[in-house]
Amino acid sequence: MKCRACSRPAVIDIRRHNTAFCQDCFVRHCRDQVERTVHAYDMFGPDDRVLVAVSGGKDSLALWDILLDLGVRADGLYLGLGIGEYSDASGRYARDFASRRGAKLVEVDIPTTFGFDIPTGAPAARRTPCSACGLSKRHLFNQAALDGGYDVVATGHNLDDEAAVLFGNVLRWDLAYLGRQLPVLPADDGFARKVKPLVRLSERETAAYCVLKGIEYIVEECPMAEGNRHLGYKGALNDVEVRSPGSKAAFYFGFLERVAPLVETHATEQRADLHPCPECGSPTVSEVCAFCRLAEKARRNASRGGHPPETDSSTEHR
Amino acid sequence: MKVLLRNPSREIEVPGPLRVHALLERLDINREAVLVISDGTLVTGDAVLPPEVTVEIRPVISGGAL
Repeated sequence: MKCRACSRPAVIDIRRHNTAFCQDCFVRHCRDQVERTVHAYDMFGPDDRVLVAVSGGKDSLALWDILLDLGVRADGLYLGLGIGEYSDASGRYARDFASRRGAKLVEVDIPTTFGFDIPTGAPAARRTPCSACGLSKRHLFNQAALDGGYDVVATGHNLDDEAAVLFGNVLRWDLAYLGRQLPVLPADDGFARKVKPLVRLSERETAAYCVLKGIEYIVEECPMAEGNRHLGYKGALNDVEVRSPGSKAAFYFGFLERVAPLVETHATEQRADLHPCPECGSPTVSEVCAFCRLAEKARRNASRGGHPPETDSSTEHR
Repeated sequence: MKVLLRNPSREIEVPGPLRVHALLERLDINREAVLVISDGTLVTGDAVLPPEVTVEIRPVISGGAL
């Protein structure tokens, strides 16, 4: 197989584009896709300060690398989740990358800062680990961006992530979530601007980008995520994709073009009820925000030796 | 050839030569969900893997909390 751009031997084939690239042309392809996405959705400008949510995985490190190569003023933020060796290794990959690129990495360790960790905090608040983790990430990335004076938070959500989330939201016809499943969420009172510059790249492409650029990342899946619903959706979509290449992209970009404008109002309706959390000041529709409730329940549970807490099934997802 | 698999990490022997696509089909692995790395080099689906190489089949699917 030959590179479509230069006819040298290819190292990766991308079936949804019916194409293949050599190493140099593939790296350029990834960079072009991100640049095109940033411009198409007006994600940020040349003077904006960007805070990249960095996990030590392939997507966030690929994103940070590409943004730095594009000359974006991009710092990283790593959250220590307290998931044993997995968190230790993830943090090392994030720090090593930052050091190698001479980039600034901000770190927030949840156990030392907030007094709980995800493995014990999640059951204390009657949440799945992924729910507690996602909630903590959204809250703390937003807070760090506001505190640090960043113009925008960039996350490594790729095409597969977005297609899988869309699939789940469609299965439940969750119009409020569908209404805000966009590549850009504008800044608002208490909310930093959030962008997803990798939505034109599949996770196979972001992994290949890291391999070809020599970026070391944590390959192992998070031990808390095993068997979760989101991974099941990805598997189902890949079963479709392998028979019909381009299906995931058609599903997601078709939604953005034809359906998202129709459901946008469902997201804004919920926002009318937002007020500041009395504990931390973050916007919430509840009396106390979901993160402060999670932290409080986790700490209370730890202090009494891990007995089962009361139920909290509510979510706040932005 | 020696084939390294993950989740859980294990190593198996598969007789070569074999094309990448054929190897993935034989192992019942969706080609959209992995990269194939032969002796440290990323390879395309039509590449022929000789018997003496070490092949890593690296999963690319990730994601719990989003």
